[in-house]
Amino acid sequence: MKKILGLALIILTVAITATLLSRDPGGGYPFLSGYNLENLLSRIGMFGVLSIAAAFVIVTGGIDLSIGSVVCVAGCLLPWATREAGLPAPVALLAVLAVAALIGLFHGLCVVGIGLQPFVVTLCGLLLYRGVMRAFTGDQTMGFGDADEGLRWLATGRIPIVEGFGLPVPLLVLLAVGIGTSILWSKTVAGRHLFALGHNEEAARLSGVPTKRLTVMAYVLCSLLAGLGGCLFVLDVNSAQAASFGSFYELYAIAGAVLGGTALRGGEAMVLGIVLGASLMQLLSNTINLVAASNQLEFAVVGAVILIGAAVDEGVRRFWRRA
Amino acid sequence: MTAPLLEARGIGKSFPGVQALAEVDFAVAAGEVVALIGENGAGKSTLMKILAGLHRPDAGQLLLEGGSLQLDGPADALDRGIALIHQELNLCDNLSVAGALFLGAELRSGPWLRERAMAQAARSVLSRLGLDVAPDRLVATLSPGQKQLVEIGRALRAEARVLIMDEPTSSLTGVETERLLEVVLELRAAGVAVVYISHRLGEIGRIADRVVALRDGRNSGECSGEEATHDRMVAMMVGRELDAQQRVGHGTGGVVLRVTGLITRRYPEAAVDLELRAGEVVGIAGLLGAGRSELLRAVFGADRRLAGSVEIEGRVLAGSDPRRAAAAGLVLAPEDRKHQGLVLDMSVAENLSLPTIARRGGLLDRAYEKELCDRSVEDLAIATTGGRQVVATLSGGNQQKVVLGKWLAAGPRVLLLDEPTRGVDCKARAEIHARLDALASSGMAVLFVSSELEEVIALADRVLVMRQGRIVGELPRERLGEEQIMRFAVGITEAAKEGP
Repeated sequence: MKKILGLALIILTVAITATLLSRDPGGGYPFLSGYNLENLLSRIGMFGVLSIAAAFVIVTGGIDLSIGSVVCVAGCLLPWATREAGLPAPVALLAVLAVAALIGLFHGLCVVGIGLQPFVVTLCGLLLYRGVMRAFTGDQTMGFGDADEGLRWLATGRIPIVEGFGLPVPLLVLLAVGIGTSILWSKTVAGRHLFALGHNEEAARLSGVPTKRLTVMAYVLCSLLAGLGGCLFVLDVNSAQAASFGSFYELYAIAGAVLGGTALRGGEAMVLGIVLGASLMQLLSNTINLVAASNQLEFAVVGAVILIGAAVDEGVRRFWRRA
Repeated sequence: MTAPLLEARGIGKSFPGVQALAEVDFAVAAGEVVALIGENGAGKSTLMKILAGLHRPDAGQLLLEGGSLQLDGPADALDRGIALIHQELNLCDNLSVAGALFLGAELRSGPWLRERAMAQAARSVLSRLGLDVAPDRLVATLSPGQKQLVEIGRALRAEARVLIMDEPTSSLTGVETERLLEVVLELRAAGVAVVYISHRLGEIGRIADRVVALRDGRNSGECSGEEATHDRMVAMMVGRELDAQQRVGHGTGGVVLRVTGLITRRYPEAAVDLELRAGEVVGIAGLLGAGRSELLRAVFGADRRLAGSVEIEGRVLAGSDPRRAAAAGLVLAPEDRKHQGLVLDMSVAENLSLPTIARRGGLLDRAYEKELCDRSVEDLAIATTGGRQVVATLSGGNQQKVVLGKWLAAGPRVLLLDEPTRGVDCKARAEIHARLDALASSGMAVLFVSSELEEVIALADRVLVMRQGRIVGELPRERLGEEQIMRFAVGITEAAKEGP
């Protein structure tokens, strides 16, 4: 809980800083403009889903480096399915999610069945899926053109709140995913078992917890959510290019989850923290885009902030332990 | 006895909750082999680690050639000529024999390794050991016995004057053991002081000049090599008078657990058969590495059974799967509470409900969890601030009660316990013993492993003694005694069974 408050405080500080620093000569506050806030919240929605995806696997003590490539798979396949394969929008969406889930199933089986390291499995996945997609699309941009307006509402829709500002639909998607995940983690036996195995897999196994099945489930849900994120991203920007679409997103996803208090050694995660962590990531990137003339420094600032945050966190923890 | 080369006077050492050593004296002279004996947990390892600089003593002093000695870690000890040969082999498999001999003390000129000089020196060390392998041979390709000799070679290479060997033959074959004993005698002839720790009393009788026994962290006897008969050594280890508390044996019902031809990975040649009746408490005794934990784990299905079957009330358990075992009424409280028994970072209530919460449907049944927690806390007298307390912060005894409680909730027919009171204080131990007694009286079958003979004798209706993966002896309650158990455990008594 302390962590959540701390994160909220940091987010508030960054938001105020962003507001003040981006003030234009005319006295306006571009950061607070409806357009900017809608955009920011929409990105928080999409990246938040990815961070929750990453957390599912991190909770088991594993890691999924293929999230960005699964985003790419979904981003390329969805336009292909509606336009080239001519599937109705809902069917296309479900088919793409099914493909993503199958990818997760494959990861899970490699990890618990063959006993491969999650890092290795998903690193290979990262290369494999993007490579396959580039070949599949012939490096052509896949897009919706003017079609699928209904489907695109999922990413571009805004629920009007006040004049000039509407809640972006992706944020509502994150809300739904977050509530669902939160219920799964804290109210169900599967969630309890998932966290127990993350803390101590051997003790969980010896207590009769079906550890293998749960680990596979975590990988499936991770890739499924990554696929959902990929669909949102491509619906948002309208097109995807296999060579670059979603690249580095796994790192954003993992960073958001870890910033939000997800322990890389497993067994510790909180949905609210993850959402805040993902929010902070997007807020930082948004701030840099507004304040600096270019976004060249974006990676550097994000990297530095996370590093400082981790160092402060560790320092506080040691201080408490000593006290 | 000549003046001691290495001496320890009045050594005391305690770890949180345990007085491992108290006022222990020990000495070894150049050209002398001193055997250190004692039951598991008697303090042998702690004393040896103090001598080798791995632990600092809390009290007492060390003397080297009569001068006071402060050891600053194992590297410092080695510099002063004191080398410890570990029970587990500590060699890097990926190195050559020469590389292993010189690891950490490589011959070099500037940044470069002097491979040829090291191979040369390695050859002379290997010939002293009578070990016929090339210096560039990979360690991974050596047999356990050869690896043990290479470990000794490391000490020779460092020109150790005191060699401390902890169970050096525990993983060796007969021929390898012979060779190792010869090497020890050759080292003695060359003036090396040898401290030899072993459970194998036969070896000790052959090579020791002197035998020193520890019991409960104190000196419990000493004799010369000639006087060291098996009986004398066992008596020194277990002490003289043993007042076994009288306890009424339980009336026994039908067979609930039947294990037939069970083979574990650790001892692929030893098949185990055993039967457990309802209402019976059976103890498994034996030395460390006798295959006791492996047996329990294999019965439960925590490790895969290579062969054999496990039946609960006549129904065969398919596969090696803790889930199925627990569902059939067979549960295990494992040896390593912190790593295998509990999810330390979770709460008391969450740990207690872990095996059974899934029986209450897919959603967490908080009411059940609370009810179970309240019941267990009261029933087992778990000292906790409440169900939400994190298990890691409980004392050892209360942690063990949580392990017990989580399985009792599953309604087992057969309770397997591996070291049920290790690291548990006296009060909690008595409570756990009383609880197990009551459970057996109510018809549960209990099978437990303990390295503490007192516990085995106090608790068991019947004791099985294991050695090298086999059940080598069975003692009914009336004939239980530490000596009888130790005789089976170290292999003096070879008769398979004493009559009922």
